[in-house]
Amino acid sequence: MSAILQPVIDFFGPSGPLGPFGSAVWSLIKIVVLLAPLMVCVAYLTWVERKVIGSMQLRVGPNRVGPFGLLQPIADALKLLFKEVIIPRGSSKGLFILGPILAIAPSLAAWAVIPFDEGVAVANINAGLLYLLAITSMEVYGVIIAGWASNSKYAFLGAMRAAAQMVSYEVALGFALICVLLTSSSLNLSDIVSSQGQGRFADMGLGFLSWNWLPLLPMFVVYLISGIAETNRAPFDVVEGEAEIVAGHMVEFSGMAFALFFLAEYANMILVSVMTALLFLGGWLSPVGFLPDGFHWLALKTAFFLFVFLWARATFPRFRYDQIMRLGWKVFVPITIVWVVVVAVWMMSPLSIWKLDDDSAKAAEVSAASLEIRG
Amino acid sequence: MEFKTLVFYFLSTIMVLAALRVVTARNPVHAVLYLVLTFFNAGGIWLLLSAEFLAIVLVMIYVGAVMVLFLFVVMMLDIDFKKLREGFWSYLPVGALVGGLLAVEMALVLGGSYFGVDVMPEPAAKAVEYSNTRALGLVLYTDYVYPFELAAFVLLIAMVAAVSLTLRRRRASKYIAPEVQVAARHEERMTLVKMAVEKKLLVVDEAAVEKDADAEKGSGQ
Repeated sequence: MSAILQPVIDFFGPSGPLGPFGSAVWSLIKIVVLLAPLMVCVAYLTWVERKVIGSMQLRVGPNRVGPFGLLQPIADALKLLFKEVIIPRGSSKGLFILGPILAIAPSLAAWAVIPFDEGVAVANINAGLLYLLAITSMEVYGVIIAGWASNSKYAFLGAMRAAAQMVSYEVALGFALICVLLTSSSLNLSDIVSSQGQGRFADMGLGFLSWNWLPLLPMFVVYLISGIAETNRAPFDVVEGEAEIVAGHMVEFSGMAFALFFLAEYANMILVSVMTALLFLGGWLSPVGFLPDGFHWLALKTAFFLFVFLWARATFPRFRYDQIMRLGWKVFVPITIVWVVVVAVWMMSPLSIWKLDDDSAKAAEVSAASLEIRG
Repeated sequence: MEFKTLVFYFLSTIMVLAALRVVTARNPVHAVLYLVLTFFNAGGIWLLLSAEFLAIVLVMIYVGAVMVLFLFVVMMLDIDFKKLREGFWSYLPVGALVGGLLAVEMALVLGGSYFGVDVMPEPAAKAVEYSNTRALGLVLYTDYVYPFELAAFVLLIAMVAAVSLTLRRRRASKYIAPEVQVAARHEERMTLVKMAVEKKLLVVDEAAVEKDADAEKGSGQ
C-alpha cells in the first residue's frame, strides 16, 4: 500500500504528523482556515457597507434582524439559499451554471498566495505577484460567460462592458505592480512587504515613511483607482448599471447563483484592499518603531481601504462609459509607463533610496562575469 | 510510475480533448472557451516542468487578455451555423494537405536524432531558492537584450499599425470629447452677474397721475 502511495506523498511534499497524506491534508486545513473567515468577512462587509452608506446618507441602515441588524447578512444568505435557481429557457444551460462558478473561483483562488504575517500564507511561492495577476485576470470570464449564456440583451451589454473595462484597467494595474516589484526586486509578497521595512526612515523608527506609498505615490493612487475599476465597484460599476441595463450580467440569475456574483465581488474588494495594504502600506509592518509588527496592522490597513471603497461608492456618481475608457487608456496608462521609467532610472542613479540586496547584486555580478566570458 | 507522470497524463488528456473540441465545437463561443481550457492545461504542464514563470505568463496573457478579446469579438458575431458548415467537403482536400504537411514536419523534427530524450541531458535539479523568473530576466536583459528589444519594437509597430488602420472619425457621429468635458470649469459654464438689489417700486396709476396733472393745470389757469 505504502509503495503505491509513496509517489503521491513525494508529489505533495514530506508528510507531517498528520499521517501519510500529511501535507495534502495540512493544505486542505489551511484552505479551510483561510476561506471560512473570508466568507464571514464577505458577509459582514455587506452589513458594514449598508451601515456606512446609510450613515453617510443620514439613514439608519439594517437594524431589524438581531442587535444593530447584525444577523442581517445571515438572514440574506438563508433567503438566497432557499430561493429557486431559475434557468431561462433560451439560455445556454451549461455555461449559465458555469458563469457564477467561474466568477467566484478565481476570487477565492487568488487568496492562496496572500501572506498574513511573515511567511504565513497558504502557498508562499516565488512568483506570488505574477500568480495574483494571472488569477485576477481570469475574473472577467465569470461575468462574460454569465452575460452571454443568459441570452438577454441587458446581460450581454453588461458582459461587453465588463470585458472591455477589466482588460483596460489590467494594463494600468500591471504597470503599477511593475514599479513595486522594481523597488523590492522580488515577486514574492512576503519579500515585498519586508523590503518596505528597511531604509532611512525605518531606521529612525518612522516606518510608515519608508513604505512604498510615498516614493510610488502616483502608482499607489493609480493602483487603488484601477482596483476599484477591476472589481466593478461604484463609480466604475457600469457593468451592472442598474439605471441603464438593469443589473447587467446578473439580471437573469436568481437564488444562490445570483449570490455567488456578490460573494465574488466582495471577496475581490477585500482582496484588492489587502493587496494595496501589502504592496503600498507595508502589510503587517508597524507604522512606528516602538510598536510591534503583526497581523492586526494588516487588518487595520485593509479595513481602511475597504472603507475607502464604500466611501467612494457613497460619494461619486457613476462614470459614463467613454469617460471610464479615457481614464484607463489616456490617463493611467501613460502615467504608469512614464513612472516605470522614472523609477527604473531613479533606482540606477546615485540618488536611489532602494539598496539592491545581496542576492540581486550577486546575480548582477554573475551575469556580468558570464558576459565577460562570452563576449 | 511517478505520480508526476499521472498528473502529466491527466493534464495532457484534458488538453488534447479540449483542443479537439476547439475544432469540432459547433458554437464558436464554446470553441473559444475550450481554447481557454487548452491554454490553462498547457500552463499546468509547464508548471510540472517547474517553468512557473512561463506557465503563469501563459495564463495571464493568453487566458486573461487575448482570449477575453477573442470572446468579445466572437460573441458579437451573428453566425449562421448552416452556412458555416457549407463547403466542408470542398475545403477538406486543402485542409488535409496542410494538416498532413504539419504532421510530417512535426514527425521529422521529433523523430530526428536532434531532439530525442537520449540526446538532451537531464537538467540538473535546482535549489529551492532558485527563481526562474530572475534567471529568465537576467538572460533576457543581458545576453538577448537586442533580440528582446527588436521583438518589442516589432510589437510596437504592429500596435501602431492596428490603431492607425482603425482610427477614423465618422462625420455623422455626434462624437463627444470627454477630455473637453472633464476639463470644463464651472466658471466657463455659468456667469454670475452682480447687480444692485432692485428697489421696491410703488405701483403708480398713470392715468390717475395724468388726471391729477391736468387738474392742477386747470386749477392753475
